Amino acid sequence: MGERLLLRGNEVIAEAAIRAGCQCYFAYPITPQAELLEHMARHMPKLGRTFIQAESEIAAINMVYGAASVGVRTMTSSSSPGISLKQEGISYLAGSDLPAVIVNVMRGGPGLGDIASAQADYLQATKGGGHGDYHTIVLAPATVPEAGELTMLAFDLADRYRTPVILLADGMLGQMMEPVDLPEPVDVAALPEKPWATTGAANRDPNVIRSFDLDPEVLKQMNQALQERYREIEAQEVRYEETDTDDADIVIAAYGTVARIARSVVRMARGEGIKLGLFRPITLWPYPYQPLKELSERVETVLTVEMSAGQMWEDVRLAVCERAKTPFYGELGGVVPTPRAILSEVKKHAG
Amino acid sequence: MPVSVEKMVKVFGRPKSLTDARFTYCPGCHHGTLTRIIAQVIDELKIAERTVGVAPVGCAVFAYRWFRCDAIQAAHGRASAVACGAKRADPNLIVFAYQGDGDFASIGTAESIHAANRGENITVFFVNNQVYGMTGGEMAPTSLVAQKTSTTPEGRDPALFGYPIRFSEMIAQLDAPMYVTRQALYDTKRIVEATKAVKKAFTYQVEGKGYSLVEVLATCPTNWRMKPPDANKHVAEVVTKVYPLGDLVDRG
Amino acid sequence: MMIEVREELMPKGVVIIDKERCKGCGLCISACPHQVLAFSGELNRSGYGVVQVKHEQDCVGCGFCAQNCPDVAIEVYREKVAA
Repeated sequence: MGERLLLRGNEVIAEAAIRAGCQCYFAYPITPQAELLEHMARHMPKLGRTFIQAESEIAAINMVYGAASVGVRTMTSSSSPGISLKQEGISYLAGSDLPAVIVNVMRGGPGLGDIASAQADYLQATKGGGHGDYHTIVLAPATVPEAGELTMLAFDLADRYRTPVILLADGMLGQMMEPVDLPEPVDVAALPEKPWATTGAANRDPNVIRSFDLDPEVLKQMNQALQERYREIEAQEVRYEETDTDDADIVIAAYGTVARIARSVVRMARGEGIKLGLFRPITLWPYPYQPLKELSERVETVLTVEMSAGQMWEDVRLAVCERAKTPFYGELGGVVPTPRAILSEVKKHAG
Repeated sequence: MPVSVEKMVKVFGRPKSLTDARFTYCPGCHHGTLTRIIAQVIDELKIAERTVGVAPVGCAVFAYRWFRCDAIQAAHGRASAVACGAKRADPNLIVFAYQGDGDFASIGTAESIHAANRGENITVFFVNNQVYGMTGGEMAPTSLVAQKTSTTPEGRDPALFGYPIRFSEMIAQLDAPMYVTRQALYDTKRIVEATKAVKKAFTYQVEGKGYSLVEVLATCPTNWRMKPPDANKHVAEVVTKVYPLGDLVDRG
Repeated sequence: MMIEVREELMPKGVVIIDKERCKGCGLCISACPHQVLAFSGELNRSGYGVVQVKHEQDCVGCGFCAQNCPDVAIEVYREKVAA
């Protein structure tokens, strides 16, 4: 439709969800994603869709679980402490093969933390903050327009693989405004049927949505089926972006807002004759281990930069092993690294 | 003496909306009776094809095995929220949540109250047997004063653990609920009354009238350490004094 | 004037108990107004001491036993009363 608007990250995610055909949205207010709720509150009822401000993040994720069981596209959003509350629900969604989208607009932690931007929920999102052997697909946008695109993708991937998908943003991305070309709305009626959903057992055997079996042998099979699906996702859905890595001596590994800042750093460094590149994972799970491993064979240093104490750094080291040096630069507590500070770190390691 | 029932009228049989599976409930447990009543009412109202039951965590965790309709297993305490999500996703579905006292009145307190307060058009069954059966007989928020349980071996001391919570009375204070009732199953008369209450609750949902709560005083012969007929008597003579029977709200 | 009560006009009931569903809880025995049911002394495959129809001639087909049975193990039939 070519509608270009100046929108906040939180609003873009909400609007993209609406255009993706999100039928039911349940959430609890928390800074810094209040605008997401507000957008949904204004627009969902007008479209005849469901908006509920739930009594807690726990209630919201369980409402998502109920709506997902009935086969509609459904979403919740929150920020770090609220996402902690949702972990059991996310485990249930994964264990019950239910599609759903969970948006985490990360803020400083641990505990109540602050309301500034952080990236300290990476491990929670990618290594499974809830119990049991499961993964959620994790998508990490770096710009406001990308937040919209990845929101649409999140719903598609969730349906395709019958699995919850986390959209991992941060407070800065949620609050900043950029021009966005809003995507075309999805034709929900044309989406594939969900024969497994609890839509009422007319002319078929009853469907049961569950993640429980007392027989370990049966639960083992349920788990194996999940693991097979995760292998398929790992094979098919890895997404990443490389900038100026062809001739790079040193690359920054970063995602989300930090990757965006790092793009400026690449320009600054190149301007000073430093062969700096950027490796930006877009899917944090499945993580682009293989491309990063291959890149690390060509460069001397992979500098991980995060707004955390070093969470994605673990996956970088897993991918790189000893093939290159893997230093880390992080900012804690909601402090955002400046391009100059990152460049200074690059120079330290560029040799 | 072999009997031929061909020419006889069947006065009572298993409801069609019950599967053939044998209940895993203890002997004399009223979960079975309530399950049968719900299935019977689903048959009478002819709603099986659009009914979705939400199963709790507790003795009734296998509730989805007994009903011949779609079902969703909920996390502990959250069945009311799950039911809301399902009902909002498709308001044509008839959605019921089936919860015990831990699920509804302890961990699920917030979800139970707010589903009622929003007037969600769902039917909630709250099975109150004043104890946590599945996990081995611990105190419930609904346990009676001086009741011996595995976590109150000397009897529930209100100074330490408070008093039995009358949840239906709390829900009845809210403006939205259509029908809030407390029933029991300790004799035939009560069973017949409870059946009418269950039918009313489902009928209100079919008519789009809003939220219904049916609290059912049930027995737990195993954790009460009573034979089933004595357990029934305990409800009739002791439990109903703490939890009075009857309709607390009927705005239909 | 003598009023003749003809026994054939009394409703007659037949109770069929599914032994393998019965858990021997005894609620049907308590519920029955005519002492039709009793423990049989037999165990079913699950090890429960099950209930049997002891005095079937006294059964009027009220269905109280079935209503009270938590395992829905009882079917009740009633003979049509002669017009």
